[in-house]
Amino acid sequence: MASQIPLVDYLVLGDEPHLIAHECEQCGARYFDHRNACANCSGTSFKTVDIPTEGTVTTFTIVSLAAPGIPVPFVSAIVDCGGTPVRTNLVNVEPDPEHVTLGMKVRLTTFSLGVDSAGVEAIGFGFEPVPSS
Amino acid sequence: MAENAWILGINMTKFGKHPDKDALDLASEAALAALKDAGVTMKDIGVLAYGNLMGGSSGQMLQKQIGQTGIPVFNVANACATGATALRTVILAVKAGEVDFGLAVGVEKLSGAGLLAGGTRKEDEPTWTPHGRFGAVAAIDGRIGTETMPGVFAQIGMEYGYKYGGTSFELFARIAEKNHAHSTLNPLATYSKRMSLEEIMNDVMIAYPNTRPMCSANCDGAAAAVVVSDSKLKTLSLEQRRRAVKIAASVLTTDPWEEGCQVLPNVNTVTRNGARQAYETAGIGPEDLDLVELHDCFATAELVHYDNLMLCEPGGAVDFFNSGAPWRDGRMPVNVSGGLESKGHPIAATGIANVWEICHHLRGEAGDRQIPGAKVGLAHVIGLGSTCGIHILEKSAA
Repeated sequence: MASQIPLVDYLVLGDEPHLIAHECEQCGARYFDHRNACANCSGTSFKTVDIPTEGTVTTFTIVSLAAPGIPVPFVSAIVDCGGTPVRTNLVNVEPDPEHVTLGMKVRLTTFSLGVDSAGVEAIGFGFEPVPSS
Repeated sequence: MAENAWILGINMTKFGKHPDKDALDLASEAALAALKDAGVTMKDIGVLAYGNLMGGSSGQMLQKQIGQTGIPVFNVANACATGATALRTVILAVKAGEVDFGLAVGVEKLSGAGLLAGGTRKEDEPTWTPHGRFGAVAAIDGRIGTETMPGVFAQIGMEYGYKYGGTSFELFARIAEKNHAHSTLNPLATYSKRMSLEEIMNDVMIAYPNTRPMCSANCDGAAAAVVVSDSKLKTLSLEQRRRAVKIAASVLTTDPWEEGCQVLPNVNTVTRNGARQAYETAGIGPEDLDLVELHDCFATAELVHYDNLMLCEPGGAVDFFNSGAPWRDGRMPVNVSGGLESKGHPIAATGIANVWEICHHLRGEAGDRQIPGAKVGLAHVIGLGSTCGIHILEKSAA
C-alpha cells in the first residue's frame, strides 16, 4: 500500500486535511516553522493548534515569471484563516484578475505532487474558491 | 554629547551597463570621486564601511586599489539596505568621536541578472525526504506561494488595496509612469526614457500587477560618501562647509514581530518606526521635507511607503498619489531621480545613491532636475528580511 507524506510538516493529512501551527503558550503568537523560541515574547513552550480550513484572500499576485521548472502563471496569496495569515497558492481558479479578487472566500484543498521511487506519494495543499451558494 | 555628522563629499557613478568595469573599478571610481568632492584623501579617512551584496568584493580589496592605510574596514551586508548600513556604520564611528572622517562605499554588478530571489529551483529528490524548518519534502517556491521579489512586493501593494481600497493595476502603473517621466532629467539613470501608461501596462507581466517597467532595474553602479564630524568640519574651508550636508537623522530599524510578519514580510511597520525615529531626531515633520527618495523597488512598494513615511494620512496613499503630490512639480516630490524603476537598483549602492540625489538638490547642483530651494530631504531604503534605513539631510547654513 502506497503511503503518503505531506509537502510540509504543518499540513496534516487524513479524512479532514488541515494546517497546524505552533502557538506560543505565553502570548499566543503562531508559527508554521520549527521554533527555538517566540519572536514576540521569547517564550519557549508551544502547543499545536488547528488552523481553520476556510479563509479570506487578503492579498495576491499572479506570478508570470519564476525560476525554471516552476509552472506559470500561478496565483500566490495570503489567506486569513480565522486571524492566522497563511501563505499559499490559489488553485482551481483561472489565474487572472477577473477570477481572483481581494476578499474572496477560499478553502483548503489537497492534491498529489507525485509518487517517489519508494512508492510514497507527496501531498501538497492550496486554497480554492468556495462556491457561492 | 555625541558629535553631529555631515556628508562632506559624495558621488554616484553612472548606473547602467559597465561591461568593461568590474566591481572594484566602479567602487574605486565612486570612492575617489567622493574623496575629491570632499577635498580629502584616503590618508584622512579613519574608517571604511563597504557593501557588495551579490559580488563578494571587500573593503580590503578596494583599499588595495585606492589606499592601504591600515584603517578598520567593516564589510556590511543588509540586503537592499546594505548601502544605508555602510553609511550608518561610518556615521556611528564619527558620532562616537572615534574618527574625524569615514568613507562608505556600495557597489554592485547586476546588469543582465534576472530574478534575484527564488531564482533557482532545485530538482526534486528521488525520494520525498523532509528538509528544513518546514519539514518540506520538495521546494516550496511556486508550490506554497512565491519567493520572488516582484511577487512578494506585488502582494505588499495589493494588501494595501485590500485594507484601504482604491488600488488598481492602472494606479500602480501610473506610479511607474511618474518615475520614468522623472528619469528623463537624470543623466546617470540606467533608463531615462519616458514611458506612456499604455506602454507600461502592456509590457511583459512579471508578477501582477507589476509589469517589467514597474520593477527595479538590475544594473551596475557604485556610490560613495565621505562623512565628517561637526568639530572637524568647523576647521575646514568655507567652500567645504558651504557644500557640506547635515545628517539630521540616520536611522536603521528591523521589523518587530507582528502576527503574519513571518508569512508575508511586513515592510510597513519597520518603515513607520524608522520614519518616526528619524523625524523625532531631526526635529522636523514630513511636511517640512522638500523631496523624498524612497525605496520603489516595485511600483507596488512606492504606494505603501507614501503612507509608511507619513507623507499622507494613514490609509491615504492612493489619494496622495492621485492628487499629483509626488510628481516633481507637486507638493511632495518623490523619486525625482527616476527611482529604482528607472535609475536602477545596484543593490549595495542604492542606499548611498539616494543620499547623493538628496545632497545634489540641497547643494543646488542638480541641474535640470533641481527642486528649487530644496533645504531638507529624506532618503529611504528597505532590505527585505527586514531592515529599514532612513537618512534625513539638511542644507548647510554656512
